[in-house]
Amino acid sequence: MDGADHNGLLVDDVSMVFTLPGGGSVHALSNVSLSLGSGELLSVLGPSGCGKTTLLNIVAGFLAPTQGAVFLNGQQVKGPASERGMVFQQGALFEWLDVRRNISFGPRMMGKPRKQWKEKVDHLLEIVGLVDFGDKPVYQLSGGMQQRVALARCLANDPDVILMDEPLGALDALTREKMQGLVLKLWKETGKTIVLITHSVEEALFLGERLIVMAPRPGRIHREYRLPFAERGLTESPREIKASPDFIEKREEILSMIWEMEEEIMGGAAT
Amino acid sequence: MTDTPVERPARPIAAPEKQPSALMMWLGIADNSFTRQKTVKFGDATAVNSGRLYSIITVLALLLLWWVTTSNGWVKPIYWPSFEAVGARWTKLMDQGFRNVPLFEHVGISVYRVLAGVFFGALIGIPLGFAMGLSSVVKGLFDPIVEFMRPIPPLALIPLFILWLGIDETAKISLLFLAALFIMIIAARSGVSGVKISKVHAAYSLGASKFQVLKNVILPNALPEIFTGIRTAMGVCWGTVVAAELVAAEKGVGSMIMIAKNFLQTDTVVIGIIIIGIIGYGIEMLMRLLERWLIPWRGKG
Repeated sequence: MDGADHNGLLVDDVSMVFTLPGGGSVHALSNVSLSLGSGELLSVLGPSGCGKTTLLNIVAGFLAPTQGAVFLNGQQVKGPASERGMVFQQGALFEWLDVRRNISFGPRMMGKPRKQWKEKVDHLLEIVGLVDFGDKPVYQLSGGMQQRVALARCLANDPDVILMDEPLGALDALTREKMQGLVLKLWKETGKTIVLITHSVEEALFLGERLIVMAPRPGRIHREYRLPFAERGLTESPREIKASPDFIEKREEILSMIWEMEEEIMGGAAT
Repeated sequence: MTDTPVERPARPIAAPEKQPSALMMWLGIADNSFTRQKTVKFGDATAVNSGRLYSIITVLALLLLWWVTTSNGWVKPIYWPSFEAVGARWTKLMDQGFRNVPLFEHVGISVYRVLAGVFFGALIGIPLGFAMGLSSVVKGLFDPIVEFMRPIPPLALIPLFILWLGIDETAKISLLFLAALFIMIIAARSGVSGVKISKVHAAYSLGASKFQVLKNVILPNALPEIFTGIRTAMGVCWGTVVAAELVAAEKGVGSMIMIAKNFLQTDTVVIGIIIIGIIGYGIEMLMRLLERWLIPWRGKG
């Protein structure tokens, strides 16, 4: 594949080897290739140590791959840039700024005049349900609200791709479900390309139009799925989908696949 | 067994037995009702109340001891003055000053020296600490100096400073500058290294330049550490200025108590010590107040 004339996100034969300080090396990613069209939502699942965060960091431009390259709309990724927005697990908000200033951070850094982003920030506050919290310092918000600020902050920059690294991982179960609905809604409304890394099989199935399951040692793509649930989530209720037989079947299939991989890592020690 | 909805009307419960009076709680001889319902108190720091009554007792006991020992002549005035002597000296000091210099000028010049030392220490120390936290070259260049100077008490430098700069104002402020400098370098450096990488990554992903990351992420993120540095530097410099003035100075609280000692004016010495204590305490309280006002996000990241 030639990255230069591809529209969307292209991960082209990416491998990553970390050299350890004490000698030796870790093969974190091995020949990972992936093509994501504009507006697609991809979930990435895998046991710990399968290199999914490394992959995201490479796409974000925080790490340079040992081999291969990442392209976005034909441009090779060389470092972090505003067309690839990030949403982190937590603790990545700027606690010295209030909610509104966190959200407008991107436009302000890019030197856009206030007129251009003022309305957008107000609109985002409305979408994520934080209209009454614009002037509150972020540390006064609950975990779920903080992640809503993180989503809005990312969207304020109007990125082409949104990279989410376990964005809902630290939330309690109920808040997490609510936030999944919000992510789905934002994806539908904005039409953004989203790559979502998660530990939760249910979340990966529910949100991903496409899903890749990664295997460890070395980190690689194990299986790839195309899923109907995200599309259905726009009309059906989340609980209905998650309780439907085909959802449960897929969930169990993938869970046992990941469970097998985990057991392989442990060398059967768990039994 | 089947699941049945459980519905019981909420019944009013009797309030916990009679509340101790507000006065008792202020004095710290009664716990608030929440603490009183805790069964584990030993080891629970929040179960320890102010114990204010006992503080009052301590202060009164010390004053009583002072009064009894001096008014009965058990302690000679040259070792510890009486209340009356201190009172009379205080009036005289307020009236005529000490050695023709008003008392406020003695105190003022000491405070001024501390503020100047901390100001210049922060002015040089903060950027240097930042550079050390951000650049391998700068870190390598200054690390040996900082690590060597860190354990040396500023007082040990007084003889050198007297040799180099004499005993004038420059010598004292330079000494305090140096005392504050290393504290500020270390505080700024650890503030920079303490930044969460996800915040830096987030800022770059939002389109920030290196300079914008420095100004909008690394600097505000380091402010709590820097403020702690300033507070520590204030405390250390206040102790150092008094000591430096003891060695060589015409004016200042330290010099006042040293000269007073030469004239066996124990009452002036005692007044000086009390002033030093009160101002040191005042500085600390002021800094805490400023901190709460200026960096309310401290520890909330």
